[in-house]
Amino acid sequence: MAATEQEVLAGLAEIVSEETGLPTDAVLPEKSFTDDLDIDSLSMMTIVTHAEDKFDVRIPDDDVKNLTTVGDAVSYITKAQG
Amino acid sequence: MTPPRAALRLAETSAGSRILGIGGVRGDIVVTNDDVAGPIDSSDEWIVQRTGIRTRRYAAPGVGVVELAEGAARAALDHAGLEGSDLDAVIVATTTHWEQTPSAAALLAHRIGATPASAFDVSAACAGYTYAVAQADALVRAGVARHVLVVGSEKMSEFVDPTDRSISFLLGDGAGAVVVGPAPDAGIGPVVWGSDGGKAPAITQTHPWNALRDDPSAGWPTLRQDGQTVFKWAAFQMAPVAEKALAAAGVGAHDIQAFVPHQANMRIIDQMIKQLGLPPEVAIGRDIAETGNTSSASIPLATERLLREGAVTSGDLALQIGFGAGLVYAAQVVVLP
Repeated sequence: MAATEQEVLAGLAEIVSEETGLPTDAVLPEKSFTDDLDIDSLSMMTIVTHAEDKFDVRIPDDDVKNLTTVGDAVSYITKAQG
Repeated sequence: MTPPRAALRLAETSAGSRILGIGGVRGDIVVTNDDVAGPIDSSDEWIVQRTGIRTRRYAAPGVGVVELAEGAARAALDHAGLEGSDLDAVIVATTTHWEQTPSAAALLAHRIGATPASAFDVSAACAGYTYAVAQADALVRAGVARHVLVVGSEKMSEFVDPTDRSISFLLGDGAGAVVVGPAPDAGIGPVVWGSDGGKAPAITQTHPWNALRDDPSAGWPTLRQDGQTVFKWAAFQMAPVAEKALAAAGVGAHDIQAFVPHQANMRIIDQMIKQLGLPPEVAIGRDIAETGNTSSASIPLATERLLREGAVTSGDLALQIGFGAGLVYAAQVVVLP
């Protein structure tokens, strides 16, 4: 069953926390991956790969650059689940 | 009545093959991050954080793939206790030998006194060394050759654009060589290899050489990569290939003493270690920090360093995996010389 936006946010926060060491409650929808969470392009690909596995979705590399904020990623994943 | 066809004799095969000696040569010129940071508007800190590279080594003008290969080959032959004349085949893995023909291998074979050994180049980019080791193993076991020299040799510094932020600042020059010979049992495990030409644009040159002929203003071609795509592919899709190589050799992560992946980026190496779940006591090839990414030379150079610094010893098992432009990849477990 597809996860809700709330569940995707919680799951994504765990992945980001694992990669960066940030607390999960710092991973909020309005936060920018690069400017607020200091996540570089390689860490972003690690997060994307773990998110693909966790939510059983495919996020093409060309789409990753459009995922500016945590909220962008949550919406993308929620929609991609169909 | 037609007489019966004469039966052909098969070559005498060998049960196994093994690496008998190893040697390496790095470019003489130490190039720091500060030296390359200016034209890409970067810094030592940024380069270290993104790649783990602190210096890379460039070969001097006039020193090319064949000269680098010769130094590495002589060191490997010394280590193996063999002479050039003992070799039956010479394989050079390279993408930076600037003559379409003759091959670097033929020139190298002549320089080291291996003539008339068979000699040919392998074009498999950063997987070239592990591709060539797989061939050497097969040639020796099939009885086609008794002693095979395998060299990964690159002068990547002539393939760079100082203003390119994608790959140029990672690259360095060097050569690593091994001699493979017969053994009573397996000293080189089965190769797990493949290619995916559908992903060719991920690492490629700016334009083919004939574009330069058609338009001299096109300039000298240089390398480019899509760093994010390559990172994701290498860090996450190559670990399963390495796992298959362990399984093919009949060993597990706890049986190996070293992991020597292609030295593309320290972040890729760290992610692969995580994916493979390697125990902390496994020695890791991290030569990239000082030598940079030397493409086909990187695995034998990193292995040579681990042996020289005493992190591993002769007889230890090393899992090695090459991956790069093509895209291509090859992994195998080897017994260290």
